[in-house]
Amino acid sequence: MSQSHRLMDGGRIDRSKQIDFYFNGRLMSGYQGDTLASALLANGVNLIGRSFKYHRPRGIVTAGTEEPNALVQLERGARTISNMLATRIPLYEGLDASSVNCWPSPTYDVMAVNGLFHRILPAGFYYKTFMWPVSGWKVYEHFIRRAAGLGKSPEEPDADTYDKMNAHADVVIVGAGPSGLSAARAAAATGARVILVDEQPELGGQLLNEKFEIDDKPATDWVTEVEKELMANPDVTILRHTTAFGYYDHNFLGLLQNRSDNVAYGQDGRTRQRVWRVRAKRVILATGAIERPLIYSDNDRPGCMLASALRAYVNRYGVTPGKRHVIFTNNDDAYRSALDLKAAGAVVACVIDVRKDPSGELVTRAIEAGIEVIDNSAITGVLGTKKIRGVEVMKLTDDGENVTGKARTISCDTIGSSGGWNPVVHLHSHSAGKNTWRDEDGVFVPGDTLQAEAACGAANGSFSLSQALNEGDFAGLDAASKLGMTAKTRPSVAKATSDVEETPWRTLWYIPTTKPAGQRGKHFLDQQNDVTVADVQLAAREGYRSVEHAKRYTTLGMATDQGKTGNIPGHAILSAALGQTIPQTGTTTFRPPYSPVTMGALAGRAVGEFFDPIRRTPMHDWHEQAGCKWEDVSQWRRPWYYPQDGESMQDAVSRECLAVRNAVGMLDATTLGKIDIQGPDAAEFLNRVYTNAWSKLAPGKCRYGLMLGEDGMVMDDGVTSCLAENHYLMTTTSGGAPRVMAWLEEWLQTEWPELKVYLTSVTEQFATLQLAGPNARDLLSEFTTDIDLDPDAFPFMAWRDGTVGGIPARVYRISFTGELSYEINVPASCGLALWTDIMNAGEKYGITPFGTETMHVLRAEKGFIIVGQETDGTVTPIDLGMDWIVSKKKPDFIGKRSLSREDTARDDRKHLVGLRTVDPTEVLPEGGQIVAATRPEPPMDMIGHVTSSYWSAALNHSIALAVVKNGRNRKGDTVYVPLKDKTVACEIVDPIFYDPEGSRMNG
Amino acid sequence: MVDAYRLRSPLAHLGLGARAHEDAELSGTGVTMTEIPYRGLINIRGDVTDKTFVDAVQKAVKLSPPVDPNTVSGKPSTTRIMWLGPDEWLVITKPEGAERALNALWKNLKVDGLHAAVTDSTHARTCIEISGPRAREVLQKGCALDLHPSVFGPGQCAQTIVSKVGVMLIHTATAKNGDPTYELYTLRSFSTYLWTWLEDASQEYGLKVG
Repeated sequence: MSQSHRLMDGGRIDRSKQIDFYFNGRLMSGYQGDTLASALLANGVNLIGRSFKYHRPRGIVTAGTEEPNALVQLERGARTISNMLATRIPLYEGLDASSVNCWPSPTYDVMAVNGLFHRILPAGFYYKTFMWPVSGWKVYEHFIRRAAGLGKSPEEPDADTYDKMNAHADVVIVGAGPSGLSAARAAAATGARVILVDEQPELGGQLLNEKFEIDDKPATDWVTEVEKELMANPDVTILRHTTAFGYYDHNFLGLLQNRSDNVAYGQDGRTRQRVWRVRAKRVILATGAIERPLIYSDNDRPGCMLASALRAYVNRYGVTPGKRHVIFTNNDDAYRSALDLKAAGAVVACVIDVRKDPSGELVTRAIEAGIEVIDNSAITGVLGTKKIRGVEVMKLTDDGENVTGKARTISCDTIGSSGGWNPVVHLHSHSAGKNTWRDEDGVFVPGDTLQAEAACGAANGSFSLSQALNEGDFAGLDAASKLGMTAKTRPSVAKATSDVEETPWRTLWYIPTTKPAGQRGKHFLDQQNDVTVADVQLAAREGYRSVEHAKRYTTLGMATDQGKTGNIPGHAILSAALGQTIPQTGTTTFRPPYSPVTMGALAGRAVGEFFDPIRRTPMHDWHEQAGCKWEDVSQWRRPWYYPQDGESMQDAVSRECLAVRNAVGMLDATTLGKIDIQGPDAAEFLNRVYTNAWSKLAPGKCRYGLMLGEDGMVMDDGVTSCLAENHYLMTTTSGGAPRVMAWLEEWLQTEWPELKVYLTSVTEQFATLQLAGPNARDLLSEFTTDIDLDPDAFPFMAWRDGTVGGIPARVYRISFTGELSYEINVPASCGLALWTDIMNAGEKYGITPFGTETMHVLRAEKGFIIVGQETDGTVTPIDLGMDWIVSKKKPDFIGKRSLSREDTARDDRKHLVGLRTVDPTEVLPEGGQIVAATRPEPPMDMIGHVTSSYWSAALNHSIALAVVKNGRNRKGDTVYVPLKDKTVACEIVDPIFYDPEGSRMNG
Repeated sequence: MVDAYRLRSPLAHLGLGARAHEDAELSGTGVTMTEIPYRGLINIRGDVTDKTFVDAVQKAVKLSPPVDPNTVSGKPSTTRIMWLGPDEWLVITKPEGAERALNALWKNLKVDGLHAAVTDSTHARTCIEISGPRAREVLQKGCALDLHPSVFGPGQCAQTIVSKVGVMLIHTATAKNGDPTYELYTLRSFSTYLWTWLEDASQEYGLKVG
């Protein structure tokens, strides 16, 4: 297909580089430098999709980020992205885009029937219709969402990668148009670290779309010069094709950088998009302004565009959007579009101006160029649906509220309307800045801010080029000077030599027809969400007085474009309907993101293996080679069990359990938290954080401790050893180590600063190998000569220093399995060597590596608790039957007072008990609810739940631990665990199932 | 002292030695990374306003604990002391000096009347050294601190996070051409994640394993 709307020359495109692309499966071509939108227009395509609600045909409206209509589904398969703006996609070879919101094609759309029923689809239609009955929504939603066609999510994992970058700057300048470039230049000259951000692939902002002159040369020459100057400065970072999507507290900005114009990219190690997290000392908002449309009847027909967009396509892309153009305006600026179109040889049928006798310099030039100017008039109707055939024009009454006289029909295929410009105050609003209404031209400009921030140029409501250049320069210098930086030689401020005097706008928010709004065509405010003037007026009549409520009721400004073009006119219409001023109505709050951000970019590299760190013990590789199954314990990866050929989990765990009970097993216990405690008040400190007494623990001895929260509930447990006078080593649960360390430091630093105690985490300094089983002593004796393993010399709950396998080691004789057990601690770097040696030597003793599951079974057989399994933050030591560990003599410890609260001291709280199922082969599910008596159906009175439950290979029956109301006094009672398909009867028993005398671990 | 052959560094399983051999002739890469394990890392605690404490440290390792926050005293070629907090430092020695320094610190600091702590964490952490023209950019991908040389110059250190992993970070030196060298001391269990992440982040600049 030929590029029927491409000019022979002009524009910033490279005609020597043709690019082929597909739109809705049709092959077309454009040039390097095109956007998808400009290439489509060049090919005479301006029917892009269908609207969200009424499925009306829609075309390209703008040339930028404010685009409400031209949404496409870009690419297919793993790289597909929905709702991309055709106006923001740089054209690349092979680009494949298709329409959204229509099926089977934008020309023949089956849902367009909605347009015929528009009278029954008013504002709030979904709320009114589908919210009743409440249960109905989940049925309706499925069909509504499908009909709405909000683009398609990818169904495959994203093929691209994304990352993040942190950056810091003295001055961040958002926007590289005339004011932003001017500001960057001024700030950079002071030596400040500057980051300049612009959403377009090239610098220049609006200058790229205009025929302006600076210093008597084309403005783009100036852009090139400034760019060169800034790039030569190592303290200036220029981020092109990068959108500042959020501006947060403390001058923190989120930027989304497109690192490739091409979605099918990312082959050379680079990521496709990058999120920049920028912390700025000063921020300059040079975000420019967005033209607002005039709100006339059927202003959504394909070919209804913004006036500034028409000249952007002509000047920048060498494309005439139509064959015959009409400009509809309330200001002088839109005449530039007429003049630029005309100069490029395009047909301008007329300029329709709502003002009486417009007289500015640009108006005069248009008349001199032979363009018909129809003043004091308005477009009252658009002819044609998929393509415009013409407009109807009538005279306005003096107040602008009605039209009068005879309608004149003007033939055209494209309309460019301009209702003035809105400063882009979005980022200013993100960071809690207020906006001030400027009545003379009806714009919100940035007001007070809480940040170190300034706005300049059009973003500040200063719309002329010379204002932009001067304000930018001032803002740049001022930002630097507020940081104490000044320039040795100040660059001279560029002069806007093409500026002309412009006459005032005529604010006319609603362009009347001969009938009330909604009765003769539709006046669209929010084209993306299909919200019309009639909808907003209806909301006002129904009592929606707050702009925030009206927004949610009508969905005005809630689409992906966040109402960049239609919001202010919408609020003006609401104000008029409510009979109040616009500042009284206020605006809705702009929130991040300024424009859509892909989920992939927000995730960055924190996906897959980088989602969360996996902590490896020194013996990790051995476990892996042994084919273990892993269990995640907080960030640690611990061996869960080691299945042998064809073994089920239960088989493997039973085998490991029996090996420990009958021979010897070895567990990697490295992950246990270890805290080194030094200082003259160390024993006193332990007395305060544990429930039991520590003053008399002698060097060489270990003691088990329970730690409570201030609420008296069990928080952590572990064995602490006295290494020397004033020197202890505390162990904590694996998952609780960081929390316990922070907890202890908090008490030391904020409550007990007088205690002379230093805490240092040594968890990772040691590899911990736990030998457990009746053969443990014999095996260990092969590895040490300097530690006397005789039970009298080295009793239970003692530790000894020495050498194990030629490695300096500290051996603790403690037991979590109930067997004779040694925990060997060696420098972590030696862990693997010792583990391997012991495994080899242990063969003749029947050594078996065992994992966390076997450890859990063995300790449950002994009735030993696991904090976080038997406890859940509501369990006291007394509930656990561990009152033996709670000192009655100590004056205080954390949680002591709470234990005497009336509720905590009740003797019928839930107690830890054992459960024996009546059928010994039945293994209860953990978490199963316990009832004293069953009923045919829930609800039943629940008296507790199962906390741990396993098959005990050593005992040859199932065992379970549970917390049960008043459980200690119910021993021998039968209780029930009702399950989905059966009810399991069990007897309440003592929680210690195995070796209650403890002769095995003491032996 | 344990026989060297029985030691295994936290990143040994990545085969970095072999990769360094392969990369030996590589030039022009943006980033160079190396694991430097087994350096002596001795955590000390004490009151820096107490002259007895400062003198004891000075006597043990011939170096005073730095008082300025986030600075390192000493030279990388010998012994250094890294500021970790108002009352906490890390003494860093060459691998062969670790045992001697630990004993000397213990002997001088653990004396009657002086409240100080000495804790060996030599095996708790490993060191990843990263250098080259793009090293700073690689770190900035995962570290929120400002690492610009005007803010974080040679001799400065910080405890920070690099992509979810806590690290003790030192800006060791700046080469004549301006290329920085950093050391990241990270807990050994996290080191595989951190190395892999850094390697991934370095891809676009070209990585040499040193």
